[in-house]
Amino acid sequence: MKHFKVLGSGCKKCATTADLIADQAKALGVEVEIEKVTDMGAIMGYGVMSTPGVVVDEKVIHAGSVPTATVVQGWISA
Amino acid sequence: MFEIFTRLADWAAYSLLGLAPDTPLGESVHFFIEDITKIFFLLVLIVFAIGMFRSMLTPERVRKVVAGRSRAVSYPMAVGLGAVTPFCSCSSVPLFIGFLEAGIPLGVTMSFLIASPMINEVAVVVLAAAVGWKVALLYVAAGLTVGIVGGLAIEFFKLEKWVEGYVWKIRMGEGVAETPVTSMKQRIDYAWGQVKEIVGRIWIYVFVGIAIGAVLHGFIPQEFFVKYASVDNLLAVPTAVLIGIPLYSNATGVIPIVEALMAKGVPIGTVLALMMSVAAISLPEMIILRKVLKPPLIATFTGILFVAFIGVGYLFNAVLA
Repeated sequence: MKHFKVLGSGCKKCATTADLIADQAKALGVEVEIEKVTDMGAIMGYGVMSTPGVVVDEKVIHAGSVPTATVVQGWISA
Repeated sequence: MFEIFTRLADWAAYSLLGLAPDTPLGESVHFFIEDITKIFFLLVLIVFAIGMFRSMLTPERVRKVVAGRSRAVSYPMAVGLGAVTPFCSCSSVPLFIGFLEAGIPLGVTMSFLIASPMINEVAVVVLAAAVGWKVALLYVAAGLTVGIVGGLAIEFFKLEKWVEGYVWKIRMGEGVAETPVTSMKQRIDYAWGQVKEIVGRIWIYVFVGIAIGAVLHGFIPQEFFVKYASVDNLLAVPTAVLIGIPLYSNATGVIPIVEALMAKGVPIGTVLALMMSVAAISLPEMIILRKVLKPPLIATFTGILFVAFIGVGYLFNAVLA
């Protein structure tokens, strides 16, 4: 099972990103685990300065914006 | 070049709605229609065009470029890149920490944070369309100068002690592997995404700014501004800056107000000082920065900008008004 982490200190766009991943995973029938990381030290530990950031299996794959649905589908099915 | 928007407003306000020109309501509605069509047209056009060419100028890249440079280079670079790098104020905290972690001095980091909300390419083009290129360029020059001076002042006073302790302990990781943008479709998608994100974020400020500008334009008589905001009234500039501090808007959102005030004969220095103050200093921004800065530093930072904006106002009024 894929483990997603959404990095962001609780801004609206971060919540949107987490919801988007959950919705797309559900639509594709894939089970994923989603964790919100709000601790600034942890976020910076991933080298992300512009939030929201997305981490899959400990690798940063996105930063700085709410990803598009197509992009998210790509992550889930990859 | 923007006459089409004036014509459109003429038609909509006077023919379609049947309002009479030279009445307060007619003037207000005309201003509102002209500005709302013109500014949103420019907004979408510029954000899209810039998105096409600059697929990615991220804070992460700025950090890499500025780190390790001499002060003579890093200060101008920080304000210049601050002006053109898009980032939302909710990213101020990670950006601040990331810069310091890379060894970028506190003063340079603050220069970036001062310049960033004050100047951006959209605001500059819209300002030029509203009140002319001369004013727009003056605004940019003044904004960049204030950014550098503000940062240098913070460095001079050695205010690192007022940065929250935990900030110095954070260590940054490797970061995102960048995916190069190559195809035309990717560029268009990115540019369109930028339009949706930026316009989605700032439209309300622009809308409110246009509404206020329209009311000023139609309903407040010129004599009011001549009486209270002329060059002779030395309190006008500090008052404009004070009014601007608690107000929170995007730089583009202030422009319709700038336009209306200048048309009413308010001197340029006073108007630009107000615009800088609204764009650069705001309560929400201070609350966000409170996570990394102790109150004395926030107070000092606000005080330095307050003095700098007043200086800009007086200088422009003395030289140009």
